[in-house]
Amino acid sequence: MTAGLLLTQTLNGVQLGVLLFLLSAGLTLVFGIMNFVNLTHGSLYMMGAYFAAAAYNASDSFLVAGLVGIPATIVLGLLVERIALSTLYTRDHLDQVLATFGLILFFNEVVRIVWGPSSIYMNVPSTLSGTIDLFGLPYPAYRFAIIGVGLVVALALYLLIHRSRIGMLIRASASNPAMAGALGVNIKLLNALVFGLGAGLAGLAGLMAGPIMSVQPGMGEPILILTLVVIVTGGIGSIRGAFYGALMVGIVDTMGRAFLPTLLREVFERSIAQAAGPAIASMLIYLLMASVLALRPQGLFPVKYG
Amino acid sequence: MVKASPRALAAVAILAILALVPLLTAIIGQPFYLTIVARIMIFGLAALGLNLILGYGGMVSFGHAMYLGIGAYAVAILTFHGISSGWVHLAVALAIGVTVAILVGSVCLRTSGMAFIMITLAFAQMFFFLAVSLKQYGGDDGLSIPARSDFGFVDLGNATLLYYTIYVVLLATLHGAWHLIHSRFGMVLRGCKSNERRMISLGVPALRYKLTAYVISAQVCVIAGLLLANLTRFCSPAYMQWQVSGELIVMAVLGGMGTLLGPVAGAATLLLIEEVLSSLNLGLPWGIDAFIRDHWMAPLGLFIVLVVLTLKQGVYGHLAAARSGSA
Repeated sequence: MTAGLLLTQTLNGVQLGVLLFLLSAGLTLVFGIMNFVNLTHGSLYMMGAYFAAAAYNASDSFLVAGLVGIPATIVLGLLVERIALSTLYTRDHLDQVLATFGLILFFNEVVRIVWGPSSIYMNVPSTLSGTIDLFGLPYPAYRFAIIGVGLVVALALYLLIHRSRIGMLIRASASNPAMAGALGVNIKLLNALVFGLGAGLAGLAGLMAGPIMSVQPGMGEPILILTLVVIVTGGIGSIRGAFYGALMVGIVDTMGRAFLPTLLREVFERSIAQAAGPAIASMLIYLLMASVLALRPQGLFPVKYG
Repeated sequence: MVKASPRALAAVAILAILALVPLLTAIIGQPFYLTIVARIMIFGLAALGLNLILGYGGMVSFGHAMYLGIGAYAVAILTFHGISSGWVHLAVALAIGVTVAILVGSVCLRTSGMAFIMITLAFAQMFFFLAVSLKQYGGDDGLSIPARSDFGFVDLGNATLLYYTIYVVLLATLHGAWHLIHSRFGMVLRGCKSNERRMISLGVPALRYKLTAYVISAQVCVIAGLLLANLTRFCSPAYMQWQVSGELIVMAVLGGMGTLLGPVAGAATLLLIEEVLSSLNLGLPWGIDAFIRDHWMAPLGLFIVLVVLTLKQGVYGHLAAARSGSA
């Protein structure tokens, strides 16, 4: 295990974490503010990736892919919210889970109908296709770009939620929607705004993930479940929790997969290590989540307004 | 039992029809249908188990497929190592099932509501990936089971006997669940659903009751998994996929969570819809038949959404309202 490998894997972990953050941020807002279990978030990410990949393959330009993919995902998100989901805000969680579960099945099949069952590809934009030299170690520039975009979004979200008037209204309606409504805040509009913001972030995540992950039906679910782990670990409704939770999950998952089998080989026999290593590595983040919850059921950064 | 209400009569009719299915399939010479109905009963059993905490305890577990998988893998792995005794399969499956359910349940039940849904889902996913990483047991592809569990006096190799074994297990579970729900334990559980804080104020150790209910509900799914592996003679991580957990919830809700037999009816409805859609052959024009056959998930997904949206307070609320209206 060299220092270079360690650095590369750390960066990979951060990159996965940042991608997870883009998804968790939108989802945690919807969870925390509307008290709504939105499992379709993974589908929005998938649709975002497909929109972007389709636009990219038609125009051969990453910029166009972004300009088409993200707005298209926002429009789709708002449509789904208006048509199906907004009537569910007052229902109990079970109904929300069921309806959004049905929507996942529907969207996966729609993608299969429109784009076929096999995955479609999207190239890394040519300006970012090279590598960046990092202490004599080449690292793909595109992955750096993902990290950069994620950090910028995190900062922008922090400013939006904690330093702007809209953010103040969002926090107010999270802590007491009835009171905020009574004071003249248009809760319905605010909900749609938050949902649109979440959809946009999911679209952005889909766009960024397009060139490095395969764009295929059902690609949303594995990452949705990781996102849920992030949100539960970080604390439902908290952007800060989503940020630290996402980085933690990303790094633990990547490092576990990369180094755990080797580490186990130092302690156990080869055959045991080879069998147990990948198994434990894939369970690591869930064990992390379980231990966080055993100590702090509210998550690491519970929301304190209210 | 209560006096013969229409619902009780319907329940007796359903169970009587299920008892006659092997005869009917033998008459029309379509043994394939026997497997479908057996599958319906197994998933009905699992949904019934889930419903113990979902319908009566208000705990929305999105991870019960995990226990289905534990039951199935117990059979598959033990048979793989040459242990064919069904009693050993059952004992090992239940021992692992109880241990996992106590551990997972005590972490999950520290939370409630939305977090509970997500954590149960995450734990199920953890076991899914564990199963995928078991390369010596087929990994992603799963492994086939050469012979069914050997329970000594009943030969599960015979399709009809297997069917009736599943039937008897379903009946016994229904019977047990009925007594459980109408016992003091069931009262406390339902009390916790409607107002947990009040139950705690009454001096009830709510968490202990909920955990016990969770463990019992999980074991019903473990047994269903054991039967499923015996029916299909195959076991793969797909049994623990999160979609299966979702389908179990759909089954429980579709049939009506307030009833014991509801989940079985829900399982029948959902699996029959899947079966019909995926083998649709109505002779519709423009190749609509083939289109729906290939993409049956899309209409199914919309169906689930519509069911939830159109019934004002969800299916359960609708049933409860109808019941209180008629009473």
